[in-house]
Amino acid sequence: MPFIPHTPEEIEQMLAVIGVDDIEALFDEIPTDIRCHSLDGIPEAASEMEVAREVRRMAARDSGALNFIGAGAYEHHIPAAVWELATRGEFYTAYTPYQAEASQGTLQLIYEYQTMMTGLTAMDVSNASLYDGASALGEAILMAVRVHRRSKSKKILLPQSVHPAYRDTAETIVRHQGIELVSLPVDAASGRVDPASLEAFSGEDITALVIPQPNFFGVLEETDALTAWAERNGTLVIGLVNPFTLGILKPPGEWGGDGADIVCGDGQPLGAPLSSGGPYYGILCCKQAHVRQMPGRLVGRAVDADGKRGFVLTLQAREQHIRRSRATSNICTNQGLVVTASTIHMALLGPTGLRNAAAASLANTRQLVERLAPRGITPRFSGEYFHEVALRFDRPVAPLLAAMAKQGVLGGYDLGQTDPALADTLLVCVTETKNDADIDRYVEALDNALES
Amino acid sequence: MSNIPAELKYTKSHEWVSDNENGTVTVGITDHAQALLGDLVFVELPETGKTLEAEEPCAVVESVKAASDIYAPLAGEIVAVNEKLEDEPELINSDPYGEGWIFKMKLADPDALASLLGADDYAAEADQ
Amino acid sequence: MLIFEHSTPGRRASAQAPATTAAIDLPDRFLRTSDTGLPAVSEMQVVRHYTRLSQQNFSIDTHFYPLGSCTMKYNPRACNSLAMLPGLIDRHPLAPEDHSQGFLQMMFELQEMLKAVTGMAGVSLTPMAGAQGEFAGIAMIRAYHDHRGDDERDEILVPDAAHGTNPATAIMCGYKVKEIPTDAHGDVDLEALKAAVGPQTAGLMLTNPSTLGVFERNIMEIARIVHEAGGLLYYDGANLNAILGKVRPGDMGFDVIHMNLHKTFSTPHGGGGPGSGAVGVAERLMPYRPIPVVEREGDRYHWLTEDDLPQTMGRLSAFAGNAGVLIRAYIYMRMLGRAGMPRIAEFATLNANYLMKRLEAAGFDTAFPGRRASHEFIVTLQRQAKELKVTAMDFAKRLLDHGIHAPTTYFPLLVPECLLIEPTETEPKEVIDGFVEAMTAIQQEAETAPDTVRQAPHTMPNRRFDEVTAARKPDLRWQPDAG
Repeated sequence: MPFIPHTPEEIEQMLAVIGVDDIEALFDEIPTDIRCHSLDGIPEAASEMEVAREVRRMAARDSGALNFIGAGAYEHHIPAAVWELATRGEFYTAYTPYQAEASQGTLQLIYEYQTMMTGLTAMDVSNASLYDGASALGEAILMAVRVHRRSKSKKILLPQSVHPAYRDTAETIVRHQGIELVSLPVDAASGRVDPASLEAFSGEDITALVIPQPNFFGVLEETDALTAWAERNGTLVIGLVNPFTLGILKPPGEWGGDGADIVCGDGQPLGAPLSSGGPYYGILCCKQAHVRQMPGRLVGRAVDADGKRGFVLTLQAREQHIRRSRATSNICTNQGLVVTASTIHMALLGPTGLRNAAAASLANTRQLVERLAPRGITPRFSGEYFHEVALRFDRPVAPLLAAMAKQGVLGGYDLGQTDPALADTLLVCVTETKNDADIDRYVEALDNALES
Repeated sequence: MSNIPAELKYTKSHEWVSDNENGTVTVGITDHAQALLGDLVFVELPETGKTLEAEEPCAVVESVKAASDIYAPLAGEIVAVNEKLEDEPELINSDPYGEGWIFKMKLADPDALASLLGADDYAAEADQ
Repeated sequence: MLIFEHSTPGRRASAQAPATTAAIDLPDRFLRTSDTGLPAVSEMQVVRHYTRLSQQNFSIDTHFYPLGSCTMKYNPRACNSLAMLPGLIDRHPLAPEDHSQGFLQMMFELQEMLKAVTGMAGVSLTPMAGAQGEFAGIAMIRAYHDHRGDDERDEILVPDAAHGTNPATAIMCGYKVKEIPTDAHGDVDLEALKAAVGPQTAGLMLTNPSTLGVFERNIMEIARIVHEAGGLLYYDGANLNAILGKVRPGDMGFDVIHMNLHKTFSTPHGGGGPGSGAVGVAERLMPYRPIPVVEREGDRYHWLTEDDLPQTMGRLSAFAGNAGVLIRAYIYMRMLGRAGMPRIAEFATLNANYLMKRLEAAGFDTAFPGRRASHEFIVTLQRQAKELKVTAMDFAKRLLDHGIHAPTTYFPLLVPECLLIEPTETEPKEVIDGFVEAMTAIQQEAETAPDTVRQAPHTMPNRRFDEVTAARKPDLRWQPDAG
């Protein structure tokens, strides 16, 4: 019996202590007419060896392609030490650190994570993570509405340059809270929000403005100008960031005059493998004044009975297990193991490594753009881009991508999937994991696809 | 036995109410309540100028293990809040009827004060 | 010491992110000028630091961890190593379907296995945690009523013993919450339920076995009462381990369920996540499932999105949920197989009932002595708290000195000074006997040397913390000038 250690003798002894003849007797409170008699939909048990063979086969079907897709999930080098450490049993099989004295490893690590994330974002407080970037955006919007007591409108300006799946997820999460998500158009030429377009909302009661950086198209938003407008208008700023870029880009805590009020995003680029979309983790940071409205777990420093320092879960009274129907959110967990890996990853990169990896990604993407320019393939948008760029073609890109995929190259994301007007544009990201030979392969595969 | 001053009025939700004799009252939570909550770590004060109905939640007191709503005992308008509680929430534990007062409100109907519980009635409630 | 305190400017893990001469040609207004605050340390310093931190944790791999309601069973290593194979670990979520057939097959088969073991018509794997699964479940109930124009239904019923996520979730979905009391035997009060249902009832949230560790014996009657009033029945799957393969929520009348894959299907707890809160639905809620869902046609697998499920309650994550967790659950279920499912419930229940009887024989008070334990049960220490002034918290802390992680304390709120104890099926008899010995020893100490218990733990890296000051003056990040 897999993982069940009981011998027949032990079972007998235990049944005798309980005072029943067989294990079935222990289920005698359950009405017999609802007992389950067959589990046909489940295959027979397989040994580890047999399951491994099948899983290897399935994994092999999907492997081997060279990946140039970004669009919210980014391939970066993860040092070997990261997951070797994160999958140590003491991290892998520990629970939420409710008994602080038995969990100082996890608690200290989360405190270090909170410190690193506040440093990267230049914000005052970070929580211990949420599920992912998209749901973190939803939570950030709920938080902005709670925090901004002066504002009654519950109107949130949401640019169309925010990742479409993030917009959908946020809408799902806030749907029944009377919140209005107002779509902010993107300038078709620059690929970002034109700060002048906000004048249309000046003087209106707007609870919060979401600012992505970089945005879904890889373009850099005018974060200072947008934040300055929000400050003048009494509107909160929710920054939505890719933390990988914060070694080089101005952090949201320094946008405009006073910085963003709430920051969210996904930490995947810092230590989480692509892994078919998860598990990643959601970032949530805020200004000190708003800390008590922050959902999710928080770790704080504390002193014990001997005066020795340590760490505890704190401000738990906000959470569901105490506040119940008055909680800030129903969230119960964070993404512990992924945050563990990410903290180790950030420690291994350090400030120089993070900067280098981002600079190399920037350079690689620009190199691809230069290689493609002679073919008349150029960036669609005039706005500056970071390490991801939207390239315009003279024809729909879907067939091109299919042809490239057959050659083992995943050439990018077809923007026509989220906006038919962009069917001739693909989003491509060349991270530091690619070298010259990889870029050659891309160009060759694309040339072949263009010819066919 | 918790302390229940005879001259005050009380609600079932463990607020005490003191008549300031000028149309306003001072409100806090009782000794019984603060003992149940434990050491307070934070108080979310109401906003001055806010109008409330009777029994409307208007403030929150938070300890390590619990967070409780404070309810307006009667209809009225908040005219003052105890800002000391922002830095020293523990005043509610140490002096719930004095320095630990939470807010003052102008009553919509001063006569409604009589409908609140007296000390003996509250004592009976608290014992349950 | 914190990693930042090991930091020395100029030190780095130079094998990572090699130097680049690439210039950054972006305008100044986009660029950072301040420090990131990341530590500057060598690779070996990082490895030593985090290895030593790990050694300060209790974990299933190192300690008995009878946390009620959390199902701390063994996490098979194969689930981890196979989930990290190339092809699985490096697959981009937006890779074309041709390059995703292996992964999609696994997800489809997982959906099918979960359907079979829960008796539901359909499954969506996207919710990333139990709480998100709950949100999806209540949102689907709401979508169902809204779609039928049944706008009067604005109330969700929740037993007073329920986990805090239940009422919090209902509020997030725009509902009001009404609590239903539990009777002295641990069952939902049927008369109170009958009085509470009506045209305003959207649904009832229930877990079975309940948080009190006992089976809700009147479940069929409860289902009838709620359904007759026009409400739907939601199952909180936190305790599925107790009935896996023996009873199916679908057969009990539940319309929608969430499962905790990180409990019942042994995906790693990871120090607090990532989990997975897959949801199962009865036929009438199929159109509202959160997307994406995997479908099979012939031998090809593909995603169903909003075009295929136009009434979907929507998307809950950027991609398809915690895929890596789902892969681990798949591997676990394949190893257990058809015969393994009911054995989980059988041995989880055997271990719990055995431990309960032994603790009762040792003089401890259990909350429902006349009832069978499910996979967990409650010991109440209110007598010790009253007579000896030694509380459940004190016992919990002293257990740490015995090398045992404390059970869940002070939940459910209904039973004072309680310990909710769940041994799980993977623990051998001698470990369970060891727990009884430890509790007996602590009881002795509580009678003869109570301060030792009240001031426990004594052998851990830290003593009990001053949580009050930590909450009054929160220190949530390290800063360079701090001590």
